[in-house]
Amino acid sequence: MKGRVLVVDDDAALSEMLGIMLRGEGFEPTFVSDGDKAMEVFRETHPDLVLLDLMLPGIDGIDVCRQIRTESGVPIVMLTAKSDTVDVVLGLESGADDYIVKPFKSKELIARVRARLRRTDDPAPEMLQIVDVEIDVAGHSVKRNGRPVSLTPLEFDLLVALARKPRQVFTREVLLEQVWGYRHAADTRLVNVHVQRLRAKIEKDPEHPEIVVTVRGVGYKAGPA
Amino acid sequence: MEGAASSSEAGRGPRGSGLPGGIPVGGLSAGSATLPGAVAADAGTTLSGSALPGPALSGPALPGLGLGQPPGHSRLALLLRRAGRRLPPGIRRALRVLDRRARVVAGQLRRRWHRSLQLRVVATTLVICVVVVTVLGFFLVQQIESGLLNSARTSAAHQLGEGLSVAKDEGGLEGSAGDQVKSLLSLTATLQSLSGPGDNFDVVILAQPSSGDSAFGGTFGNQDLSWHSVPRGLIQKVTSEQQQGRTDELWSTPTLMRYVHGQDSGPGLAIGGVINTHDQLYYLFPLSQQQATLGLVQHAMLFGGLVLVLLLVGIVSLVARWVVVPIRDAAAAARRLSDGQLDERMPVRGTDDLAALARSFNDMGASLQEKLHELEELSKVQRQFVSDVSHELRTPLTTIRIAADVLFAAREQLVPAASRSAELLEGQLERFESLLADLLEISRYDANAATLDAESADVCDLVRRAAADAEQLAARKGTRIDFRLPPEPCVAEVDRRRVERILRNLLDNAVEHGEGRDVVVTVAGDRDAVAVAVRDHGVGFGPAEAQMVFDRFWRADPARARTTGGTGLGLAISLEDARLHNGWLQAWGECGKGSVFRLTVPRMAGQELVGSPLPLGPDEAEPGPELVLSQLPLRVSQVPPGSGLTGARFPGSGFADSGLTGTQHTVVQGTGIQGTGIQGTGTKPEDPGRTGATSGD
Repeated sequence: MKGRVLVVDDDAALSEMLGIMLRGEGFEPTFVSDGDKAMEVFRETHPDLVLLDLMLPGIDGIDVCRQIRTESGVPIVMLTAKSDTVDVVLGLESGADDYIVKPFKSKELIARVRARLRRTDDPAPEMLQIVDVEIDVAGHSVKRNGRPVSLTPLEFDLLVALARKPRQVFTREVLLEQVWGYRHAADTRLVNVHVQRLRAKIEKDPEHPEIVVTVRGVGYKAGPA
Repeated sequence: MEGAASSSEAGRGPRGSGLPGGIPVGGLSAGSATLPGAVAADAGTTLSGSALPGPALSGPALPGLGLGQPPGHSRLALLLRRAGRRLPPGIRRALRVLDRRARVVAGQLRRRWHRSLQLRVVATTLVICVVVVTVLGFFLVQQIESGLLNSARTSAAHQLGEGLSVAKDEGGLEGSAGDQVKSLLSLTATLQSLSGPGDNFDVVILAQPSSGDSAFGGTFGNQDLSWHSVPRGLIQKVTSEQQQGRTDELWSTPTLMRYVHGQDSGPGLAIGGVINTHDQLYYLFPLSQQQATLGLVQHAMLFGGLVLVLLLVGIVSLVARWVVVPIRDAAAAARRLSDGQLDERMPVRGTDDLAALARSFNDMGASLQEKLHELEELSKVQRQFVSDVSHELRTPLTTIRIAADVLFAAREQLVPAASRSAELLEGQLERFESLLADLLEISRYDANAATLDAESADVCDLVRRAAADAEQLAARKGTRIDFRLPPEPCVAEVDRRRVERILRNLLDNAVEHGEGRDVVVTVAGDRDAVAVAVRDHGVGFGPAEAQMVFDRFWRADPARARTTGGTGLGLAISLEDARLHNGWLQAWGECGKGSVFRLTVPRMAGQELVGSPLPLGPDEAEPGPELVLSQLPLRVSQVPPGSGLTGARFPGSGFADSGLTGTQHTVVQGTGIQGTGIQGTGTKPEDPGRTGATSGD
């Protein structure tokens, strides 16, 4: 498994401690403590995953997250001291795949990092289609009306999970388990925000979605209502 | 003269049938008559009887009159119902519809009456005005009428006096029958000629037949006038006078002038006196002119009164409007203010009372706005502080936490003391973290910074998830968690995270204090609400402790060791969580018999709760000591278990029954209090009698 992890955090002690822990689990951590330098280091190291503190000197974590997203779909896990809905949603909307609230257990963080890095090594060739969106699972590409759409791995996984069983309604919990790899840990806001982001990329009119449809009171499904 | 009155003449009809007689007008010798007031009044009524438009004046329709009390429609309904039995069904139905309509209209009127100050003022003014104008008009008309009649009487008495003196001077009245007739005819003509060109009066001479003096009897006078115009009562009076030999008294009475040929009869005044032992002289004065005058006055008064009433009502309505409209404006402004539009102000015009009202209102609004602004600022500062503290505390805590994890993982390689230290560090850090998390959560509530993130969720599902978390502890304590979930999902709009936290807290509590006995979780829903009751059979709590279960850092038994390391804030936070949902979190407990915590949340976020689908108290499966129960007329244990956990079976009576067992019950209402913050007790409108009450013997 690839294991380069970029830790963006201004707290030296925490960074060091995270480093000890990550190395202990077989990852290769690199560190940056300043938001302004984060992009530079990111471009140099090409990490497989970014651990990003939200509150940073210089550019704050949200902006760093946006900048990374303009260049790469690399998994980003936010470290946040705030569990308020607004902060979490803001972080997720800026492009983070997942978040973890401080203080966290090391096992919990490792589980999330592994979940984000876990990829099926050789997926069988598989083509999926919902409405006018074509998904090449093995090739990891999505086309809408023949035009490629750029999705992050997480968004891709979410779309594939829904598209594999069109018309079946997925609850948020089921999606959390299938896409994020959690049991009953978390927070359905993750699903809501990522569905919004996915819609923004693949729907003609994100206000009136046709591909990822909300089933009120239950969850989501792929395909026309 | 003796027999003069005893026999009646042909064509005159019977007399002396006892009709009310004439009234003495006064001494003839006085020449002019003084009329006593009673005469005027009596005459007045007689005169006005036909002419006064009485009902029109005294009984106008007064709209507001019957509005205060539930009025006529019920009587109407009764009447209709009674009459309805004899009517065909079609009409009966129509009547019923009519009755219902009448009721609706009456209801609307009553509501308007109670709601509109202006309507009440105007209606009251209208009623008072009409009454005053009616009484005043009536009085005035009477005065005018009696004045007219009096003057007519006075002049009539005067005329008759003159006529009588002329008649007494006339010779030939004592002669033979032929002479008498002749002289009577000439006297009639003479007297009639005195009435002048306008025929101010008609003369009637009544000659009585008598045995000695007179050979004949008859009437003389205007041939067009029926002699019936002279009232019989008057004739009687005069005749009795004549028989007593007196000639100085005059009698008058109102009458109806009847004419033989064509002419319409009209009101008149008859006045009569005695000429000699067998002749009587009557003057009949038509009062048509006075009648016309009176009619004119009445019409003028009616019209004037109506105009006056309308004018007054109009003015009062206008004045009431001047006062009421600013008050309504103020009410509307106050309503908008209470709805949160703090910029709401009233226009201030002038310096009068209404302006003072507006100014005070504006001052109040400004001061409210200022205070709220201050509070908002405070809340903002507090929130910022909490957020900062949170961040500042959490980052180092994370480092410590991970360090502890690393140490803990490597404890096998450490010396025994260090190894044990790592274990303790790990355990206490967990406790410290949850304490910090709870503290932050509750400070968020204190700062009013908590927001409800509501979405539709199946509460049964949340119960299962919360129970999955509690299973571990339950397994350790050997507790079985028994679920009584309805087959259908109980969907409500809730903040899943918060409800799950409440349920986790309740379950942890139940398991912790349940002493290894079964914990029963029941879920039920009705149209408006979903409820979850968590029942344990552990130590429970008594009345003294009942007040405190929702308090911060309260412990059921300080002497008892804590096994789960709870923070002591769980129930306090749960209560706030429930309150944020507009829900209830309530507790029931009994020493030695366990406790019930019941969460009720509305189906739709933000709705007010009116009741809970689950009872708050021990369920039917625990009948208590059999010995005592068998003495009760109603055996609680006979109620089939699991059947309808409907609150109806357990309102109060259940407590009374169990009260016989000599144990104590405690119900704690965890919600419904405003402002006092976190105190877990209070009252709830649903069942006031049970609030925090104990019913032991």
